Amino acid sequence: MAELQLKSVEKTYGSGFKAVHGIDLTVQEGEFMVLVGPSGCAKSTTLRMIAGLETITGGEIRIGDRIVNDIVPGKRGIAMVFQNYALYPHMKVRNNLSFGLRLKGRPKPEIESATGDVSRVLEIEQLLERLPKQLSGGQAQRVAVGRALIKQPEVFLFDEPLSNLDAKLRAAMRVRITDLHKKLKAEGRPATVVYVTHDQVEAMTMGDRICVMREGHIMQVADPTTLYERPANAFVAGFIGMPEMNLLDALLIMEGETPYLTVGEQTIRVDEGLSERLTTGSGPVKLGIRPQHVEILPEGTDNTLSGTVTNVEFLGHEINLHLSVGAEAFVAVVPGDRLASVPGRGKTVALRPAGSRIHLFDRQTEQNISLG
Amino acid sequence: MTASFDLNPRRLVEPGEPATAMEIKLRRRSRLSSGIRYGVLLVFGLIMLYPLIWLIGASFKTNAEIFASPSFWPENPTLSGYIKGWETSTPYTFGRFFWNTFLIITPKVIGTAISCTLVAYGFARFDFPGKKILFATVIATLLLPNVVTRIPQYLLFRDIGWLDSFLPLWVPSAVAGDAFFVFMLIQFLRAIPRDMEEAARVDGANTLQTLVYIVVPLLMPAIISVCLFQFMWTMNDFLGPLIYISSVEKYPVSLALKLSIDTTEAFDWNQILAMSVLALAPSLAVFFLAQKYFIEGISTGGVKG
Repeated sequence: MAELQLKSVEKTYGSGFKAVHGIDLTVQEGEFMVLVGPSGCAKSTTLRMIAGLETITGGEIRIGDRIVNDIVPGKRGIAMVFQNYALYPHMKVRNNLSFGLRLKGRPKPEIESATGDVSRVLEIEQLLERLPKQLSGGQAQRVAVGRALIKQPEVFLFDEPLSNLDAKLRAAMRVRITDLHKKLKAEGRPATVVYVTHDQVEAMTMGDRICVMREGHIMQVADPTTLYERPANAFVAGFIGMPEMNLLDALLIMEGETPYLTVGEQTIRVDEGLSERLTTGSGPVKLGIRPQHVEILPEGTDNTLSGTVTNVEFLGHEINLHLSVGAEAFVAVVPGDRLASVPGRGKTVALRPAGSRIHLFDRQTEQNISLG
Repeated sequence: MTASFDLNPRRLVEPGEPATAMEIKLRRRSRLSSGIRYGVLLVFGLIMLYPLIWLIGASFKTNAEIFASPSFWPENPTLSGYIKGWETSTPYTFGRFFWNTFLIITPKVIGTAISCTLVAYGFARFDFPGKKILFATVIATLLLPNVVTRIPQYLLFRDIGWLDSFLPLWVPSAVAGDAFFVFMLIQFLRAIPRDMEEAARVDGANTLQTLVYIVVPLLMPAIISVCLFQFMWTMNDFLGPLIYISSVEKYPVSLALKLSIDTTEAFDWNQILAMSVLALAPSLAVFFLAQKYFIEGISTGGVKG
């Protein structure tokens, strides 16, 4: 196992399109790093560059103490799990697993025992004599993971491996993969993992650290709690969390030590939890508040934003309350057991964001100015 | 390959439930319509096949009977057409001509399969300078009528000194000269996702290993189709051997059939027909043996899922 380092890695295509803009990323030995972002953010391209399936046009990639820029994929010490499994359709599961080892000319007994070990770990022993087309999605996925595992690579690469599975199986496989990662760590052979997904649930639940990407730039690299609690910019704030964070155009006015926020024609005073965190003074900002961190009070309560309910979504464990605050859309979440007391569509309610949970972002740079 | 769409109205009824008058009517109508469909198919199928059936029947007739009756059934079946036809009017039997055909076809088919796969793999999977122009050239030769190149080719092979040998017949194919096959394989390859090849590269395979262990197995239906086409076209090729082969001992079957028309004044049609039947046999046999792959090859254009 080894550390993986990307230093100002760039990718410019022949057409002149720049997909990756000089990214720096270090994945510690044994770390589970998730690359997440909307489609087109170059997360898969980044992974393929690490794998060597895509050439890089600038910077360097280092696995352990080797620079692998010009090394072919097979010699980089990586293994990759593809989105649609990419099992060799004409080979039985056994041969799919051992293909890499056979290419390397390993002795037969060694291949046999490695295949046995891996199939035991992934519980695919009974599938060894089957062809890929005789496997279900979940089984094929396990075989694909097995094919990576058997090589004992320095770095594991996963390219949206669960996106072809149904929701239930996805949840099960998520646990299985993280369990496997922990198990390998416990056995003293920690696996360095880079895992690409567009699904923030996968990112939050699986990653030791998460790298949020957007249009070929890294927006933030941090552990799940930090991403959620202290997003570095408005993009990360909006991307992580369900439903996504409310981002309202607002004006920050400091009167002495007390911040006032004006949204549309409404102004609230934030008494506690915010002023000591601010790194700039008055000016136009984006007010970010998660739907979970808003208190819903009766209409007319002092020092609140007033909003009109436009829709109510009952999800069971919670209720999404869609509102309009001035001209802006706003979402608040209330616990599911309060359905009876939730105001209906068209009703006006008072909203009070929790001061300590408010994030303010610079309108121009979108950077978080409330992290101080 | 039959896609079965079961429109049988019986399916709509729960087992054990008595059929209503409506269902009985529907059932009768469906039976009637399929009866008509199969009837029409049978008649047209017979019309298409009749010349072949007649050919086989006539090969057992006497020479006199062939023109006497349009029926395909011989009144006095005889094997003399086969026996005399096999002996031929030359010092060689038809066995020799079959052997010659075999000597032309085998290297040609193998060469075609290997060379076309290599070229198609190159075009479909790699970027190299001049690729567009080269590919346009391939397509251009595909559109070029064969006869146009006959004379230049003939002069070329004459200068090399390959006339009256099998080389001009199979060497062009062994260097991927058949643009159609290259094109066909490229289209096939385009339909195969690259993931498997990328997985193989990650597994440590080099380009050639990827081709041999991954691409060729995936491409097998298409390669078999290519081999079959090449087999049948070579078997039936008349012009090629006619131009390049001059000594009778090297004649393939297609030329030998013509031979029996040339050399006898009163044509022994039953001999010609008998040998035609034999000449057809290998193509038919190979086609039926490989039918499954062949149809898979020309109809799917790649692997599913």
